[in-house]
Amino acid sequence: MSDDKAVFAEGVVKKFGDVVALDGMDLTVERGQVVGLLGPNGAGKTTMVRILSTLLTPTAGTARVSGFDVVTQPDEVRRAIGLTGQYAAVDEYLTGRENLRMFGDLYHLEPKYVKRRSQELLDSFDLSEAADRSVRTYSGGMRRRLDLASSLIARPSILFLDEPTTGLDPRSRLGMWAVIEGLVAEGTTVLLTTQYLEEADQLAQDIVVIDHGRVIAHGTAEALKDQIGGDRIEVTVVNIGQAGAAADVLRTVSTGEPAIEEGRVSAPVSGGSTVLVNAIRALDVAGIEVSDLLLRRPTLDDVFMSLTGHAAEEETPVVAKRGRRGRQS
Amino acid sequence: MTTVAPVRSRPIVGWAVHDGIVVARRNLIQSIRVPESLFFSLVQPVIFVLLFAYVFGGAIPIPGDGANAEEAANAYRNYLMPGIFGQTVAFAAAASTVGIAEDMRKGLIDRFRALPMAHGAVLIGRTFADAARQILVLAVLSITGFIIGWRITGGLLNAIYAYLLLLLFAYTVSWVGSTIGLAMPNPETASTAGLAWLFPVTFLSNAFVPISSMPDWLQAFAAFNPVSTLVLATRELFGNPTGIQPDYWPLQHPIPYTVMACALIIAVFATLSVRKFSRTTSK
Repeated sequence: MSDDKAVFAEGVVKKFGDVVALDGMDLTVERGQVVGLLGPNGAGKTTMVRILSTLLTPTAGTARVSGFDVVTQPDEVRRAIGLTGQYAAVDEYLTGRENLRMFGDLYHLEPKYVKRRSQELLDSFDLSEAADRSVRTYSGGMRRRLDLASSLIARPSILFLDEPTTGLDPRSRLGMWAVIEGLVAEGTTVLLTTQYLEEADQLAQDIVVIDHGRVIAHGTAEALKDQIGGDRIEVTVVNIGQAGAAADVLRTVSTGEPAIEEGRVSAPVSGGSTVLVNAIRALDVAGIEVSDLLLRRPTLDDVFMSLTGHAAEEETPVVAKRGRRGRQS
Repeated sequence: MTTVAPVRSRPIVGWAVHDGIVVARRNLIQSIRVPESLFFSLVQPVIFVLLFAYVFGGAIPIPGDGANAEEAANAYRNYLMPGIFGQTVAFAAAASTVGIAEDMRKGLIDRFRALPMAHGAVLIGRTFADAARQILVLAVLSITGFIIGWRITGGLLNAIYAYLLLLLFAYTVSWVGSTIGLAMPNPETASTAGLAWLFPVTFLSNAFVPISSMPDWLQAFAAFNPVSTLVLATRELFGNPTGIQPDYWPLQHPIPYTVMACALIIAVFATLSVRKFSRTTSK
């Protein structure tokens, strides 16, 4: 039954003229789960979030949020969700408190409740000192926190975060992560888009990798890493002439063919640190001088590279988009 | 989260008006926090009054003027003021165009559209606030006019009708301006496009020169231009000189024609803009 899912989308297609932004996206998010939608710019992340939050209508396919159809029951969907987009969508001439009041009023909440809830959010997002200052005076991180607070005023059970930390400095990013982790601990369902692998790894239990408007992989961060072959041993030799000899040595401990790139030889292994010790011994016996040796867990970057053939933070080379719609990532 | 946020009961005026007022309040707070924008929206019409009264004033004869130059200049000032009022409220549209375009760039439109608020409330709030700002503009203009010799001689009640008609027109063109703003790719283009159509529309009217002084083919356009009938209606209501009107129905019945034109324009542009709005995402 799709109705008890927080998000259930099947075969969602979105075309902008000739450009296919989504090409049959399937997505399921269980209640209370945090799902990361990971992909490069132009992969279709924002388009998907905009469809789920009723801002765009799909060209084909169905999507239900909290059991409501995004096309035929948009008001019910809007009441169930909070949306934080790529920009800080707050009014910069109003104060932080005035912004929260406005959004609370537009959710048709009781004025007394809005007042209490605003104070609660300002306190917990570390904005109480700046609450009565115009947003123009806020830093980027403060604006994002206010933006997130605005989408929480009605206590939505499902939260869409579209690249919540894009453009933030590292300290503000960590602050945002802490806030999001707090929400998750309270039981909010979160669908988060990001092009930062690190972010998906940190926040999401389940990661959906998309490229060219399609799901190309799906699973936990660990499962995705295992999918491309687990650990690798990496040896850098002092003398490039010895790289071939090092590869021969590694072949004795590895589970696959070693790859040589300049003075660096790498090979897939299993067995963790024992393999490392064996490799060091064998290299020593063979008289190969090593400048660096390490055992590397694959990162999501490796996953992305092996799945798509290009790095995650590279722009997907798609057809030119209609400029006036801005970023459709 | 387990607690559910309490929803208030439906206000008597309905959600569309409630939400419209919430958005209008936000837009009006904006005008207060950016006094520069309000200041310049007041300065421009005042400059127009002074330019027309003292630079062109002597050169544009109003049929039915007094005989000497002093009386003629004075008659033109009384003729001019309703024209300036009409032009000024028409330019309220440009503020709506830019305002909507800025909201789209800031991503606010996305947030509004993802809220369970009434459809069109963002536009109702925008047009309402932009028309409301004209109250202050009209007050400052009226004082300026009074200083240069403009007088209301048609009675208090008629004067109130004249001001209400001007505000209705400001509200009407704000819908046109909002519709244009929604179609613009960025606020920079919006500020140009928002003004471009207003110059011909306000100058091809009786705002500054009598229609009878225009070539025949232009007379027809000017006669059906709601700016002309608005200006003519306010001249009549304020008891200011109207000049001699060519024989066109709108010019013989300026008040009903203006009200009908406003109703029609609002109906068309509100439909267009609300439809456009529900498909718009931030740029």
